[in-house]
Amino acid sequence: MTTLLAIGTGKGLFLATSTDGRRTWQLSGPHHPMTGVYAVAVDTRREVPRLLAGMTSSHFGPSVATSDDLGASWQEPEQAPVAFPADTGASLGRVWQLTPAGPAEPDVVWAGTEPSALFRSTDAGRTFELVRALWEHPHREQWGAGFGGQAVHTVLPHPHDPARIAVAMSTGGVYHSADAGATWAPGNTGIRAYFLPDEWPEFGQCVHKVARDAGDPERLYAQNHHGVYRSDDGGHTWLSIAAGLPSDFGFPMVAHPTRPGMIWSFPLAADSRRFPVDERCRVYRSADAGGTWEALSAGLPAGPYFPAVLRDAMCADDADPTGVYFGTRSGEVYASRDEGDSWFLVAAHLPDVLCVRAAEV
Amino acid sequence: MVTVLVPGPLRGEVGGAARLTVAVAGTLRDVLDELAGEWPRLARRLRDERGEVRRHVNVYVDGEDCRHLGGLDAPVPPGAEVQVLPSVAGG
Repeated sequence: MTTLLAIGTGKGLFLATSTDGRRTWQLSGPHHPMTGVYAVAVDTRREVPRLLAGMTSSHFGPSVATSDDLGASWQEPEQAPVAFPADTGASLGRVWQLTPAGPAEPDVVWAGTEPSALFRSTDAGRTFELVRALWEHPHREQWGAGFGGQAVHTVLPHPHDPARIAVAMSTGGVYHSADAGATWAPGNTGIRAYFLPDEWPEFGQCVHKVARDAGDPERLYAQNHHGVYRSDDGGHTWLSIAAGLPSDFGFPMVAHPTRPGMIWSFPLAADSRRFPVDERCRVYRSADAGGTWEALSAGLPAGPYFPAVLRDAMCADDADPTGVYFGTRSGEVYASRDEGDSWFLVAAHLPDVLCVRAAEV
Repeated sequence: MVTVLVPGPLRGEVGGAARLTVAVAGTLRDVLDELAGEWPRLARRLRDERGEVRRHVNVYVDGEDCRHLGGLDAPVPPGAEVQVLPSVAGG
């Protein structure tokens, strides 16, 4: 079995593969050099796995490319795969997220974009169409932009019900549809927006990442711009699970693919101090849905450590036991073959890591 | 006829060609629209879906920056040379 780790960086996509149970890795790249690869997906629903990369050239704009031979060759359609219709007056800044839908829709792939919008592909990620109802939502004019731009960075299809989908955006918060995207409603009750005069608004929160629990699809976890939360009602109301963490600031939130209640995060000290807490490289794991947390650092650098981990730069694979991966803004990628108990270096000296995704292929 | 000079990073979109010939003159918009018909992947690297020339793409008409000639309304007479150059950008 081959495990593929796709590493999107500020200057291209790197691919690491392992054929010995994730002990050693071979690195190739950069694919799509001199593009920022903010989104990558490994779609294993297909007989032949498909890689999808959302890349942005600072000169020549954004695009999405696909590969059906694990990155040996890439394809792009003639026309722009993700583009705003003319009547919107908008243009694509970048694709922030590429998410294959559930097993009931094997050719559906979702794309979250900047400016904040959701696109849907029915040809497995070759071409996409704007989800009009979210774009035309009356709240849209009030959605703001964080430092990274205004973007839908998280797309969470429901694993069993194709009609249900959640998205998260910065800023704007979490929105849900229960009718395949025809209508959308915010779901941010309980998430604090300390940076607004009304700290508990209906929408406008700066949610950094949302993940869905492996066992209960109504259970979601959110890393917010200060605040770590859990929802047990499908993402409508949220409760803090930050008490056991050394800081409630950070970007990623990753849920175990099969073990209910297990999640990982990478806390940073604060909005105003975006370094690992105590300047130590530590992943935090909860095995009880955020009730308690433990620091994981075996194999990680022991000395003072300053790089951050961005919202999509941490992931889990689908192997057994589950592997966990994270990449840093200093171009290092670490992996764990034992759910985070111990770590080892997969790659170093890469450009800044924007996203990672891993799967058995 | 108008000649379009393609920069190195984009020649892969046009079969390796360094220069293309476009059988239309008029404005720069006309030329780029015509180009898009034959080479859509090149065209979308140069302009976004609103038709605006991308911020870090520079287009020169007979050596003059099109932004000083009216942008996409810049006149491109028959025989003109349109040169596309990536700007100095990035880190």
